Amino acid sequence: MTRALSGQELSRRVNEAFPGKASRFNDADVWIDTEALLDISRFLYETPDLDFQFLTSITAVDYIEYIELVYHLLSMRLNHSAILKTRCHTRDEPKVPSVVEVWRGADLQEREVWDLMGVHFEGHPNLKRILLWEEFPGHPLRKDFLG
Amino acid sequence: MTIRTEPVTINLGPQHPSTHGVFRLRVTLDGEVVLDVEPVLGYLHRGSEKLAETRSYVQVVTLTDRLDYTASMSNNLAYVRAVEKLAGIEVPERAQYIRVISAELQRIASHLMATGFLLNDLGAFATPLMYCFRERERILDLFEMLCGARITLSYMRPGGVFQDAPEDFWPALGFFLKDMPGYIDDLEGLITDNEIVLARTRDVGTLSAEMAINDSITGPILRASSVQWDLRRADPYEVYDRLEFDIPIGSVGDNFDRYLVRIQEMRQSVRIVEQCIRDIPDGPIRADTEYFMRPPEGDAYAAVEGPKGELGFYLVSDGGIAPYRCKIRAPSFINLTSLRDMVVGWKMGDLITTFGSIDVVMGEVDR
Repeated sequence: MTRALSGQELSRRVNEAFPGKASRFNDADVWIDTEALLDISRFLYETPDLDFQFLTSITAVDYIEYIELVYHLLSMRLNHSAILKTRCHTRDEPKVPSVVEVWRGADLQEREVWDLMGVHFEGHPNLKRILLWEEFPGHPLRKDFLG
Repeated sequence: MTIRTEPVTINLGPQHPSTHGVFRLRVTLDGEVVLDVEPVLGYLHRGSEKLAETRSYVQVVTLTDRLDYTASMSNNLAYVRAVEKLAGIEVPERAQYIRVISAELQRIASHLMATGFLLNDLGAFATPLMYCFRERERILDLFEMLCGARITLSYMRPGGVFQDAPEDFWPALGFFLKDMPGYIDDLEGLITDNEIVLARTRDVGTLSAEMAINDSITGPILRASSVQWDLRRADPYEVYDRLEFDIPIGSVGDNFDRYLVRIQEMRQSVRIVEQCIRDIPDGPIRADTEYFMRPPEGDAYAAVEGPKGELGFYLVSDGGIAPYRCKIRAPSFINLTSLRDMVVGWKMGDLITTFGSIDVVMGEVDR
């Protein structure tokens, strides 16, 4: 059975390495500062007893006041998982550091999030629309996109 | 003396028999050698995730049929499991067994299609494909007995399945299971030792284990790269923890390993279904849930080991009758991440077979 790391446990580990960067947590999730995302990702990837070498999925959810990004992480060797969340409080061109250099599996997923939710991933090598065409107006998965 | 050549960029697709749907590859070639590949997606994009936001939780099941249209049962299962996790629904045991039986039959059907189309891409036009389709047809007949549909099944519901299997289903399933190992032997006899297949697939399009993990690859492709990771074993859902089965893995992660892993998985699926028939209890087939269910506010992610890889649904509820957000983690889509590394440096013909061995379904890639 895959053990889900609790938010308390993960936020303690992150805060030890990056003081004050994992501000909120609950039983399952931990919210981290957007600017520290890339460093924290690398820390989670490289620390042997965390060993999050596998990025399961990246999701963006539009909560109107903010856009939340959800990262599902997994360690196949230790068989445990974690959920990392971060919030962007702006609606025009929200910016998040890209994690492609840590997990290359983020490549197509970040392009999809940019395409459908309009979150700009800084440092992505090839941030183009993926499902829609370049001239498409707007980002359809946002709640204010009415088609 | 070397002859200088100019690289040529061509479009493979969107309409091309070997792209398994509407898919375009911009290929840069030096003579016959592939220099660069860029996948161009979205021709089949229907906005399933957006559509799900305006449908009730039960209605979304019909949308999931149309993702990977060669494996509707697995899609149904992944989605209803996410809803059950979100709403905290307990599924009756009989329903869990029926769901495992149908998901495993679907795995066999999907792998048969993958194998048939791989042979098609190798140039063995139509004949091996029709052999595979003959067996797949019998599985579709079984599904027709279960729910009246053959492709877009919508058989599962949050809390169980929508009706019990009819009396006739069980003997028909028994006949099928009796015949299936022989069919797989026949298929292997035709393909596995075939000299042309070996020459074209051995050591072609290899993918290392480290790269597969870093690229978020799942399913038979990951296991062909000798990573023993299967959600049915690593994070058992339904009744998989009570069933005995092996997880076949490959050695080098080439096209041949990917083919072989699928063949062996079919044998394991037959084994799993046989155990389910032996163990299935009587009882209700669906938990008592409202049609317009309102799961409490929150989010949930649930995944199953689909035929293509980890198929996951991330649902967010705001307490209403429709999901606030329904994200689909589509394995075919993410498995395309390492396509470029697998084909660069190989010949054009190898690109076609490698793409065939990844087994993507465009309905799932574009959603």
